[in-house]
Amino acid sequence: MIDVNYIRQQFPILNRKVNGNPLVYFDNGATTQKPKRVIDSIVNYYSELNSNIHRGVHTLSREMTIEYENARIAVQKFINATYAHEIVFTKGTTDSINLVASSFSRAFLKPGDEIIVSEMEHHSNFLPWQNLRDEKGISMKVIPLTKEGELNMEAYKKLLSPKTKLVAIAHVSNSLGLVNPLEEIISEAKKHGAKVLIDGAQAVPHLRVDVQKLGADFYVFSMHKLYGPTGMGVLFAKEELLEAMPPYQYGGGIIKSVTIEKTEWADLPNKFEAGTPNIEGGPATKAALHFVNEVGMGNIAAYEHELLTYCSDQLGMIEEVEVYGNIKNKAGVISFNIKKTHPFDTGTLLDNMGIAVRTGHHCTQPLMRHLGIPGTVRASFAVYNTKEEIDIFINGVKKAVKMLL
Amino acid sequence: MTIEEIEQEIIDEFAMFDNWEDKYQYVIDMGKDLKPMAEELKTDDRLIKGCQSRVWLHSAVKDGRVIYTADSDAIITKGLVALMIRTLSDHDPEEIINAKVDFIDTIGLKSHLSPTRANGLLSMVKQMKLDAMALKIKLSN
Repeated sequence: MIDVNYIRQQFPILNRKVNGNPLVYFDNGATTQKPKRVIDSIVNYYSELNSNIHRGVHTLSREMTIEYENARIAVQKFINATYAHEIVFTKGTTDSINLVASSFSRAFLKPGDEIIVSEMEHHSNFLPWQNLRDEKGISMKVIPLTKEGELNMEAYKKLLSPKTKLVAIAHVSNSLGLVNPLEEIISEAKKHGAKVLIDGAQAVPHLRVDVQKLGADFYVFSMHKLYGPTGMGVLFAKEELLEAMPPYQYGGGIIKSVTIEKTEWADLPNKFEAGTPNIEGGPATKAALHFVNEVGMGNIAAYEHELLTYCSDQLGMIEEVEVYGNIKNKAGVISFNIKKTHPFDTGTLLDNMGIAVRTGHHCTQPLMRHLGIPGTVRASFAVYNTKEEIDIFINGVKKAVKMLL
Repeated sequence: MTIEEIEQEIIDEFAMFDNWEDKYQYVIDMGKDLKPMAEELKTDDRLIKGCQSRVWLHSAVKDGRVIYTADSDAIITKGLVALMIRTLSDHDPEEIINAKVDFIDTIGLKSHLSPTRANGLLSMVKQMKLDAMALKIKLSN
């Protein structure tokens, strides 16, 4: 059980009014709002701890390095990675995937090798692989979707072969909220010796993730979708893969020694963290995970499921509304359109009522083409949302129906 | 009527509404009433880039004046498109190029002019002016 009023008090922005109405923030899939402790941690960093990390012998630098590394340990524990050095901090999910595309391909891929993605992927888990195809002669296979937008698992199994080197797939679809059957995806890939990268950007905020139990080789996500700061991404990768992969970017902090002839790389994870990182993101990450752990991931998942079910039921009762991805196993997201209208129109009217939703193709143009629509209106939930807000939202949609049709 | 006079007329019309619902309903109704664009004119080269909804714009000259036809797949955008056509179409190219078109701000739809808005009203006005400029050069040759 959660006390949503107590939770809401911790998010200052929820007191804001938008266009004269109390803010109803249903764009959590794009980014969540931040609890006070995350905001405070950034202020505290610049007020008390500001210094560069991993370098200085002076006290501030030492203290801050420990703070930053504590964030790594917090992330390790949060997703149950075996070692803290299997956590590489990046700019975000996109950066994490680009890192893997670059470093994994240079270590392991040759022309003719195959990568499997799906038709529902966010462009961030599509374009890096498409680019490898075009630049490196690696073949990219795409898992087709069923009519409802689920992965066609039979087709997936047929795409797998000894040539498959990597399967890159979303844990939860950002557009439709469908939860993919990772267990089966990963076990099938393993039969062919393929590595698996899971894009967890939309999963980590809503589900408990255990990377050891999953058996994923790579798991990536962004802290800003998990009540944390922007500019902090996570790449989890198995130790032996990180050992075998070359650095992504070259610069300060990634070396043991440099001579004109050769360079010896630093230990993990520093080899992959060139340059001064987003230092204030460290304490802010730790604070965000502290918030999530305090509420409890299980409680968050159960409560959000309640919100999602309530919202789906209410939306389902509006005759003029079509909901996409109408299956049971969903997390955090509901995607819909008012029939015969453009999502932009609905989004514009809702905005005037103080309701923030996302409209458009959600960076999944292949999926939208599959569904035969220009885009959807997406409402996505976080633990601070309430049933009362859903009522306001449903009334808003009804009003939009009246105005548009 | 000059462009400026039309703008004033629109400002006066919108001044009658005291809430956003009526204002948007008026825009939506204008979108619904916009003369349909011939399907064969809705080609990719007439699409205005940078819009979340699709906007097609066709510009032609008749008796030395620029005639615009346009359409959009989103109804609010289409209403705004109708407003722009009502304002700028059937005018001398020179007058179009010099039009300030700041009435959108005055009638309280300013957010649609912001570059982040991605509905392309700004891109649309820019394209209408560019077309007018191109047609002016064509006319003078």
